[in-house]
Amino acid sequence: MSILIDKNTRVLLQGAGKAGLFHAEKSREYCETKLVGAVHPGKGGTKVLGDVPVFDTVVEAMEKVQPTASMIYVPALGAADAIMEAAAAELPLVTCITEGIPALDMAKVMRYLASKGNRTRLVGPNCPGLITPGQIKMGIMPGYIHKPGRIGIVSRSGTLTYESVWQISNAGLGQSSCVGIGGDPINGTSFVDVLELFGDDSQTLAVIMIGEIGGSGEEAAAAYIKRSNYPKPVVSFIAGQTAPPGKRMGHAGAIISGGQGTAAAKMDALRDAGVHVTHKPSDIGKTLLEALSKRGIDARS
Amino acid sequence: MNIHEYQAKQLFRRFGIPILQGEVAETADQAQAAAKKLGTPVVVVKSQVLAGGRGKGRFKEHGPSGPGGVVVVKDLDKVRATADAILGSTLVTIQTGDKGEAVHKVYVEAGCAIEKEFYAAVTLDREHRGPTLMASAEGGMDIEEVAATHPEKIFRQPCDPLLGLLPFQARDMARRLGLKGESLKQGADLLERLVRLFIDSDCSIVEVNPLVTTKDGQVLALDAKITFDDNGLPRHPDFAELRDPNAESPEERAAREHDLSYISLDGDIGCMVNGAGLAMATMDMIKHAGGAPANFLDVGGGASEDRIKAAFKIIVSDEDVKAILVNIFGGILRCDLLASGVVAAARSLELRVPIVVRLEGTNVEQGKKIIEESGLKVTFAPDLAQAATKVVAAARGEA
Repeated sequence: MSILIDKNTRVLLQGAGKAGLFHAEKSREYCETKLVGAVHPGKGGTKVLGDVPVFDTVVEAMEKVQPTASMIYVPALGAADAIMEAAAAELPLVTCITEGIPALDMAKVMRYLASKGNRTRLVGPNCPGLITPGQIKMGIMPGYIHKPGRIGIVSRSGTLTYESVWQISNAGLGQSSCVGIGGDPINGTSFVDVLELFGDDSQTLAVIMIGEIGGSGEEAAAAYIKRSNYPKPVVSFIAGQTAPPGKRMGHAGAIISGGQGTAAAKMDALRDAGVHVTHKPSDIGKTLLEALSKRGIDARS
Repeated sequence: MNIHEYQAKQLFRRFGIPILQGEVAETADQAQAAAKKLGTPVVVVKSQVLAGGRGKGRFKEHGPSGPGGVVVVKDLDKVRATADAILGSTLVTIQTGDKGEAVHKVYVEAGCAIEKEFYAAVTLDREHRGPTLMASAEGGMDIEEVAATHPEKIFRQPCDPLLGLLPFQARDMARRLGLKGESLKQGADLLERLVRLFIDSDCSIVEVNPLVTTKDGQVLALDAKITFDDNGLPRHPDFAELRDPNAESPEERAAREHDLSYISLDGDIGCMVNGAGLAMATMDMIKHAGGAPANFLDVGGGASEDRIKAAFKIIVSDEDVKAILVNIFGGILRCDLLASGVVAAARSLELRVPIVVRLEGTNVEQGKKIIEESGLKVTFAPDLAQAATKVVAAARGEA
């Protein structure tokens, strides 16, 4: 088992530009990820990466090649439209890699997804995507650092996800699935959503959750872990403990956040929920091993 | 991007948000002429800095008993002297930090007879995933204090990003603020327009503190603060000219022009990292290892060789930097590209400090090879912990 994607997932590439094609190729090289088609307006009827058919619209791709998930590499100002196009075609899973999308575009996207009954799960934007090691890679993460295994990873930060994966692989363990939820103020899938999925996944024995300062997603996750009496050990690192307060203008930012969002507040909330929190990003692997041995869990097989 | 009050008020005017007459001035003479032109018995001379708390702020040059950042002038002959004292001086407010901000412009605005002060702001609310209007009848200077001690006195109205603030929601907010009769209608209209401006201009903050009712029955925005969402700026090419070149250092400007996320800090270890999370984690590690970062620098995902060169140049231009840590975990950013950029930058600059490199991820072997074959003197570190230890030692001259 795994969460969200596996070797049967039929992947659509939205945005077959240079970056999209480079990473789609890498996805295909990794465990033969099933890339069934690409969407690039104006290039319909052509082929990319050898034999992958290109369509002008997502609807057309749905009809011809029946994708079950899409990864978006469309440039920032067109990315929101690409997400909504995928949702309109009722693709069940969409991950948007693109960074730099205007926040209000994302507000409109979330509103649109809700109006479609939230039948499309969005992961991201501004994220590395998803991977189920040994089966499928939908995103920009370097494949070779991963190993199939039993640790689930969810993270707001792309490169910190890789850092955690690398430490776990080097510790002799592997990952069930890794999900980058993205660092934007308004995003799709949340920490809580992914924790729920890992909680129900029989392959996942423990979860690593990488947060950062700002927002309240980590606090919400802590509350969920506590409330649900979460069945699996969770290890966490929060980036930005030493970040200086940014320049600010006016008071609205301070009022809306209401004092939430600091690394200290997030770490306290997580610790209070029984999460194994490490101060040092270099100790994520070590902290996981300690948590597993404390609970007598063997995550090697 | 933050803009000045006088610029924000131009945008307010465009959206039909009622403000007082005013003019911006760069010299004391211009300020005097502007006051005369306004023709009101009282004018207000307001320092134009990109920070709040101006009223309570004081100038470094004039001390605690000197003028504040906002001065009410009742004798119009004194406008020149007031502007003269402010222009070129450094205003320190609760939001500028100790360094303060130099004032290059003042906004000379007509005075008015205030009846009551309110607070209103529109900002992005992560929780509701859209814009939220916040307003309070406890306007004026200490709104954050109100938010901390009496949060119930700050009313919130989440707005639909497609519909904006609906007229009935605006009226309801005006009622909660205690506005009545004609003022209720005027206030509701003003709030609706604030949200419209926020959405149409891709803002991340629009703030009015104070919003006032006057004794002659008007509802007015006396102050105006706008922060644009940088990601939305490409959609508004006309906003580019609003950027104040004095508000950023040469390094900050170079970083912005190359799409680098850069913040200058007080330490002596220059950092170049990809991804904001890893960049913050790297700073955390440096602190744990006993060092202090000289900057936060995220080269981003789609960095080109040119961008890497520019990043390196910015780090090296900081005189305080005694060692550099390059920590790259390549995903979308390929290690070979990063390496070529570092080598090119190192060749074109006179490098006087040790460099510690930690590379991992996409095309890592090619990246390491490029650096090794370049003959550039760098110390490779196999992981984050050792990278931090090595760079801290290098900065101390122990390497």
